[in-house]
Amino acid sequence: MNGQGGSFFSRLKAGLSKTRELLFMNVEAIARGIGPIDENVLSELEEALILADTGAELSHEYVEALRAKWRRGELSDVEALRSELRRMVAETLRPRMAPLDVRPPYPFVVLVVGVNGVGKTTTIGKIAHCFKGEGHPVLLAAGDTFRAAAIEQLKVWADRVGTDFVRHKEGSDSSAVAFDALRAATARGTHVVLIDTAGRLHTKSHLMEEMRKVVRVIGREIPGAPHEVLLVLDATNGRNAIAQAKTFQEFTGVTGLALTKLDGTAKGGVVLSVTREIDAPIRFIGVGESVDDLRPFDAGAFAEALF
Amino acid sequence: MFENLTEKFQGVLKTLRGQGRISEGNIEAALREVRLALLEADVNYNVVKEFTAAVKEKALGAEVLASLSPDQHFIKIVHGEMARMMGGEARELNLARRPPVPVMLVGLQGSGKTTSCGKLALFLQKKKRSPFLVPADVYRPAAIEQLKVLGGQIGIPVYDSDPGADPVDICREAVKFADLSGYDTVLLDTAGRLHIDEELMEELRRIKEAVDPGDILLVADAMTGQDAVNVARAFHQKLSLTGVVLTKMDGDARGGAALSIRAVTGAPLKFVGVGEKLDALEPFFPDRMASRILGMGDILTLVEKAQDTIDEKQARELERKLRKSQFTLEDFREQLLRLRKMGSMEDLLGMIPGMGGKLKEMKGAAPDEGELKRTLAIIDSMTREERRNVKILNGSRRKRIALGSGTSVQEVNRLLKNFQQAEGMIKRFSQAGTRKGARNLPFFR
Repeated sequence: MNGQGGSFFSRLKAGLSKTRELLFMNVEAIARGIGPIDENVLSELEEALILADTGAELSHEYVEALRAKWRRGELSDVEALRSELRRMVAETLRPRMAPLDVRPPYPFVVLVVGVNGVGKTTTIGKIAHCFKGEGHPVLLAAGDTFRAAAIEQLKVWADRVGTDFVRHKEGSDSSAVAFDALRAATARGTHVVLIDTAGRLHTKSHLMEEMRKVVRVIGREIPGAPHEVLLVLDATNGRNAIAQAKTFQEFTGVTGLALTKLDGTAKGGVVLSVTREIDAPIRFIGVGESVDDLRPFDAGAFAEALF
Repeated sequence: MFENLTEKFQGVLKTLRGQGRISEGNIEAALREVRLALLEADVNYNVVKEFTAAVKEKALGAEVLASLSPDQHFIKIVHGEMARMMGGEARELNLARRPPVPVMLVGLQGSGKTTSCGKLALFLQKKKRSPFLVPADVYRPAAIEQLKVLGGQIGIPVYDSDPGADPVDICREAVKFADLSGYDTVLLDTAGRLHIDEELMEELRRIKEAVDPGDILLVADAMTGQDAVNVARAFHQKLSLTGVVLTKMDGDARGGAALSIRAVTGAPLKFVGVGEKLDALEPFFPDRMASRILGMGDILTLVEKAQDTIDEKQARELERKLRKSQFTLEDFREQLLRLRKMGSMEDLLGMIPGMGGKLKEMKGAAPDEGELKRTLAIIDSMTREERRNVKILNGSRRKRIALGSGTSVQEVNRLLKNFQQAEGMIKRFSQAGTRKGARNLPFFR
């Protein structure tokens, strides 16, 4: 799961192109790659960072640090500025780089949560593919019992990847699905259980309470579980993703993040601002539709691709 | 939706209240606040600039109507300009032509196309059309299945698409099939795609050519803010959209997309999705939305919702019962169910004039879905006799009901107490013939 193939890097780079364009197209001097740095360049850069949803505070910090270096004469040209920015971004992100490691005692239980339409089910399919490739027996639990045909959608992934599959009928209690999945996994010696849940807007408190119950039921059945509460965030939601993360954090104790659809937005800066406001590592980022486009998060590669 | 914006506008109006007249000075300060509020709500910068300029010009230019105070005058202008910014007149679907009329739904992944398709079908059915659903997303696993399930839930036929077929052929065949079967509106649910994906955009263009749709609606996620606007612009350039459906408006999206999508892209907003249930789709009326944003409420939509869910005969029957003091728990239950059908309490409260700005305080007061469900469960656990005559409910019956509904005796007692209060109030209300009592009618709690 640590394969950092050159082809993925180029896809990552292509996926982040919108954000990169936003960051540098407007900062003309940087776009041209020549010329001295002046106050103008710095303030344009700050604005571009904010527009890319990096968050006002963090953008300000970056630019202040750059300004200090520039005053000391340490930044001779825009190329130096670019690489310094790259270094700072990698530094911000590195503490949040912690791949999701499956480890005994098995089953290792992963609960996948998020608002509607961020790509939870697809993410589960892709992660299952990863784990399966590492030789772990995997079980998928169709905990989204609300949305029409969500169960069938996950079933297609289970068949495609070749994993076990636990389901109830539509409209049943997702806690019960989780419960049965854990029983089945324990009996069969499954290593990884991935539990899907129905998308819910974080503003709906009764639905968030229901989520809390699922977590509780899992913990009662297997002490210490869920070992991971993976929150899937849609990068195109930009700063709203932060509000989502905070609420899910409060109700379910999020332990990891997956950021999807980075290729569809210029708000790639949101990856940076979540590190500031959410205390959980970024496990995966998604930059495309194919199974291989969801990858473990790599701070260095990300910073490299962004600038 | 728009709670923050509403709050800000209330603040602006407060500063104008009590001023003698509108002058360059006080309008300048008020406009600055308006500008910030709109920018904060993620409205496009240029749109905000144009908007504030127009408001300023009108506010200073026009003679003040003698009967209006400065804040009333200001709000009138803001309301008008805001409605204009959102497109002015409400735009309906282009259905007035020889049936079947195909309607294409397009958009990015996860924006809510399939769900909106189901909602739109239900909406059209209420408008006495006969819709036909066509799943044309052969890529996402179980997307076809999803539309079939939705169709089953609302009793609307769904085309049996072959997942191995070309989406263009599916759409063409489906429209032919609809023509033969007598359906008048064909909703085509296309695959989600990024607007930079040329291959799939080409597929959409071919579908458009094959079926000549009356409408091409973009489904966009309101939470993506200005990204939704950019997406709309890209799709509009490539496909000439006839309208936009903004989904997930019930979240805490800042509303910028709804306000500026028309002004930036030229494509009108036709519907907004306001909840998970299939009836949570509202046609978009710029003037009504402006009223809601300004905290003036939206009585028209409220009345329409009520008309949609309440059947006149039933209403008259209820009135008769009320007069004769025969209001039973059965009627109470029916009222609860009907209320639930109308939408969430928060939504409904927001439509009442003057409530907009107070929504935040009301949050805790509105009963949530869970409480409604428990109340219904309690009533459902009673025998018919008990529902008709609550006086026979002794201790052991109450215990049984609590067990049966998964609640506690205390909760059963509370419900009964509330019901008796309501009953008493209704009695007084119908005897005295005054309307005063109705205002305090405690529906639950």
